[in-house]
Amino acid sequence: MTDVSPTARPQGDVLIVGSGLNGLSLALALAEGGLSVQVIDAAPRPADDPDSHAAFDGRAYALALGSQRMLRALGLWEKLDAVTQPILGITASDGRPGEGPSPLSLHFDHAEIEEGPMGYMVEDRHLRPALLAAVAAHPRIRHEWNARVVAQQRDAAGVGVTLQDGRAFTARLLVGCDGRRSGTAERAGIGRTGWPYRQTALVSAISHEAPHEGVAHQFFMPGGPLAILPLRGNRVSIVWSERTEEAQRIAGLDDAGYLEALRPRFGDFLGEIALDGARFAYPLELSLANSMTGQRLALVGDAAHAVHPIAGQGLNQGLRDSAALAQVLIEALRRGEDFGREDVLDRYLRWRRFDATTLALATDAFTRLFSNDNPLLRGLRDLGLGAVNALPGLRRGFIREAAGLTGDVPLLLQGRRI
Amino acid sequence: MPSDPSTGPDTGPRANPKTGPGSQSGTGNTIDPSEVAKFEAMAAEWWDPSGKFKPLHMLNPCRLDYITRQIAAEYGRDLSVPRPFEGLRILDIGCGGGLLSEPMARLGAEVVGADAAERNIPVAQVHAAQSGLDIDYRHTTAEAMAEAGETFDAVLNMEVIEHVSDPAAYLRACHALLRPGGVMVCSTLNRNPKSFLFAIVGAEQVMRWLPRGTHEWSKFITPDELYDLLRQAGFEPVDRKGFVFNFALWDWSLSDRDLSVNYVTTSLRPGG
Repeated sequence: MTDVSPTARPQGDVLIVGSGLNGLSLALALAEGGLSVQVIDAAPRPADDPDSHAAFDGRAYALALGSQRMLRALGLWEKLDAVTQPILGITASDGRPGEGPSPLSLHFDHAEIEEGPMGYMVEDRHLRPALLAAVAAHPRIRHEWNARVVAQQRDAAGVGVTLQDGRAFTARLLVGCDGRRSGTAERAGIGRTGWPYRQTALVSAISHEAPHEGVAHQFFMPGGPLAILPLRGNRVSIVWSERTEEAQRIAGLDDAGYLEALRPRFGDFLGEIALDGARFAYPLELSLANSMTGQRLALVGDAAHAVHPIAGQGLNQGLRDSAALAQVLIEALRRGEDFGREDVLDRYLRWRRFDATTLALATDAFTRLFSNDNPLLRGLRDLGLGAVNALPGLRRGFIREAAGLTGDVPLLLQGRRI
Repeated sequence: MPSDPSTGPDTGPRANPKTGPGSQSGTGNTIDPSEVAKFEAMAAEWWDPSGKFKPLHMLNPCRLDYITRQIAAEYGRDLSVPRPFEGLRILDIGCGGGLLSEPMARLGAEVVGADAAERNIPVAQVHAAQSGLDIDYRHTTAEAMAEAGETFDAVLNMEVIEHVSDPAAYLRACHALLRPGGVMVCSTLNRNPKSFLFAIVGAEQVMRWLPRGTHEWSKFITPDELYDLLRQAGFEPVDRKGFVFNFALWDWSLSDRDLSVNYVTTSLRPGG
């Protein structure tokens, strides 16, 4: 009677491109809510040997409390609880190499909020396999590797992608979880706005003598912030930002030279330090997609908004996107709506856009203010940090914001199932 | 304020049992091929969330939340499982482009969409096909279907009654269409100064959300009047809620207390 698009009766409900931590979490959240999900990733399948993930490679994430609750609601926390490190306190101070922290510093303690620890440190070698295993075991999720998309079509009824090897998938909705260089966004003609920071983050794990007591430290140095985040045992994960030329010089040093460069910044409060695992270097840049949605398309995590990792909010923001998108889609599914339609995706956009952009720009301003050795700015910073420290209400607000407990919080981030 | 704008004078009358077609002349799926493009264009207009029917699209999630929960509660269905309305036969009176019929079909129900405006039927059919849904759309009225002896597990009677000339007779037909123990969801507009201001002055004259003349304020019905009419027709009214527009959030929500403009009721046909 009429030409019906081949996407009118698609193979699956949602097609997720990218199986990083966000893509996997979103797949689980959607499948738990009753949607069928196809995840595809251009990368080859990781080795099946479960022990291949066991070696610590230095990557770790600071999970905000909301993110931890989401993993708990998705049934992953039981596995992770024993291997994560609760963050019991946070200090933030202004410093210069070799000088030690400024006396006007900030200290947050988890006793100030009723929710318990402010967050958890989880290592990539634990989080990623837990997600992969849950995805593999879920009856409503299919996961394909070596899946490089060469063509992507969207119409009023659905989406279809074709892979390099000729395989094709159709769905009601396409979700790009493919990072700050999102091919999904690019193929959809969604441009990006952003700028590099001329800063590079050096990431590694450090073992040390004295116990860290679960306290995370952020030292604001002229070249960029140094975050010291507690891992289980006498180990910390560091995110050490430097001007790119200096970072490249340090990255080129051998391990002994690297530690030599780190020591004056790190200080001696944890005793003798040593490298534990590999070293990584990530050039920093702000990258915002010009839209988080399009026809039959949504972007999640870094594909929508990649921020400077200064506040450790990248993964947390991505999980917040996933939690919001999953809730919007599942609620639409349960009221019988066509969940991939523009008006449904608009609800996700309205929920997340303001929050994500605000954070990206606030982080940007924060970076510019703190990565600076101008004496006037330094004075203002010290004053600001001291002022926040002196006001309990403001301090609690900061902690709750960083823990992801403010705003219109998606159900999953409250630890509730949708 | 939103009420189905297709009932306005510029789109032709609908759901008026006195002027609508008197027989159950279902048009089936016999669409003239030369007309398909026109119907597709009209379907695209009906279903454009930011187009002419934007007020209905904005209200729709709120209406659907209410309808799905009431039907699920009545029949003990779990909305978190796929196709929770499997096995239920649902009638959508004044179906228009199918904004309620399609969700009901997606939830697994066997759906009949009835509209007294003939032009809506092929439009709804074209869109259901595009959505991959099987829905029985008919150019007919509640009265004609009742006369033919059809019955349903649930009847959706949304934003229709304020347009009919004899609400009591119309509700008697709805009652006959419901099997004993069945549930009817009925929404309309309240009659008070606020609804005049919002639905007539605001929605039609200021915001131009609806074509001028869509509503006759004098035909609006207060919740108590509707409850009386429902009882007289043999229904047992069991619930009523307001649809409230929040200007700060620019969105609709359900309210237990504020039934001052748009409101919705649930009633049962006793027995069964």
